[in-house]
Amino acid sequence: MAAVRCVDLCKTYRQGDQDIKALDHVSIEIEPGGFVCLSAPSGGGKTTLLNAIGGLDMPDSGEVWVADRRIDQLSKGALAELRLSSIGFVFQAYNLIPVLTARENIEFVMQVQGVPAAERAKKSMAILEEVGLKGLEDRRPAEMSGGQQQRVAVARAIVSRPALVLADEPTANLDSKTSDELMTLFTELNEHHNTTFVIATHDQRVMGYAKRLIRMLDGRIVDDIEQHAA
Amino acid sequence: MRMLPVLTRLAWRYLWRNHRRTIIMVSAISIGVWAMIFMTALSRGMVDQMIEDGVSALPGHVQVHNKQFLDDPSVSNRILISDAELSRTFDSADFKAWASRVKVPAVISSEYESRGVTLLGIDPVAERAFGYLSYDEVEGRFLEGVDDNSIVIGRKLADKLETNVGKRVVLMSQDPENEIADRGFRVVGLFNSDVPGYEDGNVFVGKKAAQKMLRIGDTTTELVFLGDSYRNVEPTYDRVVASIDGTLDVKRWYEVATYLGSLLKVMDGFVMIWMIVIFLALSFGLVNTLVMAVFERVREIGLMLALGMKPSHILGQIIIESMLLLSVGLAIGNVLSWATIQPLRGGIDISIVAQGMEMMGAASVLYPRLYVSDMILANVIVLSLGFLASLSPAWRASRYEPVEAITKVG
Ligand SMILES: Nc1ncnc2c1ncn2[C@@H]1O[C@H](COP(=O)(O)OP(=O)(O)OP(=O)(O)O)[C@@H](O)[C@H]1O
Ligand SMILES: [Mg+2]
Repeated sequence: MAAVRCVDLCKTYRQGDQDIKALDHVSIEIEPGGFVCLSAPSGGGKTTLLNAIGGLDMPDSGEVWVADRRIDQLSKGALAELRLSSIGFVFQAYNLIPVLTARENIEFVMQVQGVPAAERAKKSMAILEEVGLKGLEDRRPAEMSGGQQQRVAVARAIVSRPALVLADEPTANLDSKTSDELMTLFTELNEHHNTTFVIATHDQRVMGYAKRLIRMLDGRIVDDIEQHAA
Repeated sequence: MRMLPVLTRLAWRYLWRNHRRTIIMVSAISIGVWAMIFMTALSRGMVDQMIEDGVSALPGHVQVHNKQFLDDPSVSNRILISDAELSRTFDSADFKAWASRVKVPAVISSEYESRGVTLLGIDPVAERAFGYLSYDEVEGRFLEGVDDNSIVIGRKLADKLETNVGKRVVLMSQDPENEIADRGFRVVGLFNSDVPGYEDGNVFVGKKAAQKMLRIGDTTTELVFLGDSYRNVEPTYDRVVASIDGTLDVKRWYEVATYLGSLLKVMDGFVMIWMIVIFLALSFGLVNTLVMAVFERVREIGLMLALGMKPSHILGQIIIESMLLLSVGLAIGNVLSWATIQPLRGGIDISIVAQGMEMMGAASVLYPRLYVSDMILANVIVLSLGFLASLSPAWRASRYEPVEAITKVG
């Protein structure tokens, strides 16, 4: 079985009188426990691909399979259920609910999942410490730096141990030391819990952690290489 | 259900993120609710007073007559049960008050004028509790007992007859054999009444004096009973029916004075309409507030959906937000109306504007009446219609596409 399988995905956006191929016949297969970096210049289609895998956006054609389940034909409700139960997200643009504190943001997904309060508290406090935000749990997003917010988003994505983590530029706002710490955390999760990671990034340092590096350009896969962790 | 705490917390936080808007909306709701309850209390006060005056003028909550009496109110259609027997039946029964009385049409004449009136032969002691007249405010004095051979008439009637306290008048009616029955009485008191037509239409004499004049022994034509409240007349009615001869006609007050009964119903309808109209005015603000609240939160809603929250949870969140907003407004509105009505319970002098109202039987002092049932009605209307009004903005919020919210940068 594959953790993620995309077959011949196409997605075209219309901008003005121009058709933009955000995904152009993309096919990939990612094994469970895969640790994949998607790298492409801006506008290369990384976010579009992640959204298709996460069931947030429908491709124009092609198939998307997550854990051997075809998802591009599922209903909205079923997709929501799938995202909630088995996918952790770090979004590129907008991640945190501004009226909730760091800890409440981290607990949000667990709360929707129905995890009991005591367990939520234990897990969220532990993960806050792991991402280096101990002491900031009661801050709201507006009271944190971009990097701190980013780490809260990462913490939320991994706290309930999803089988698949889709992270779009998770280190965008982080200094190199914090990026390294986050990537080490991802690597540990990947190794100990067999969590599958698909990470879109520009960051060479992040790519260095990946077991597999997929390069895209204008919606096409141009390179797909296995590599050994640095 | 397990989502309720999360949704409520989110709704509450979002509500206070934009204090200004929330405070304005809460104020509008509070004032609206206040207007609902306060105006209702004023109109209840007015109508209740009209009804209470009307009921006490009847008097009583339940009346018993001979079946023919209402068509032909003469002594031939009297109740053929002696006063002694009635006392045995009713004295021990648990009524707030009861009385038997002689009530027949009669003509009253002074040396100058004659008028048709209703002659009431009463036991002033037994009837005091009915409250249709304040004995102490009678000019001169009121009757002193069943044997009192004097007459008390209304101030207006006295003016029309050009008579006064101390003068004599003659009453004339028919006895059971349709023979003229008449008698002279000395006027000892003049009464006033707020009830229209009462002052010039009723004259009071002692019951025994009336019985003697009409030659009906110790029988009467009308039994009247007072229960605890005119709003709850059934227990009294049932008790009277149970203890009286089935050939007699037992009526509740609203069956005797049907216009008073319908006044009560009209009032209930008016209260309902009034509350709904105010709510409709509020609903524009409410829907607008919710639409704004949803609109400025498109991305956050998208994020929640993207993270796996169901559209129904978004729907619930907006509805809870609306309910919280309404509840805060309701709480303040309820307290506000209680706090403003309480000090006015002693009555509001409306004599300046009341001249026209007196025609309708309203008094010049208005006593607001705050009913718990009216308050509950206002709250139920606001919450249930508010729920309906929130459905459309909430539905729209739940239809957002998560991806649009998530990918928009900036
Ligand atoms: N909603 C949209 N409407 C129109 N065009 C879009 C939309 N979303 C993406 N595109 C276009 O599709 C192409 C791929 O976009 P995508 O966001 O996937 O790129 P990306 O690799 O994530 O870029 P970046 O590194 O800047 O995040 C771009 O040319 C973009 O302009
Ligand atoms: Mg992108």
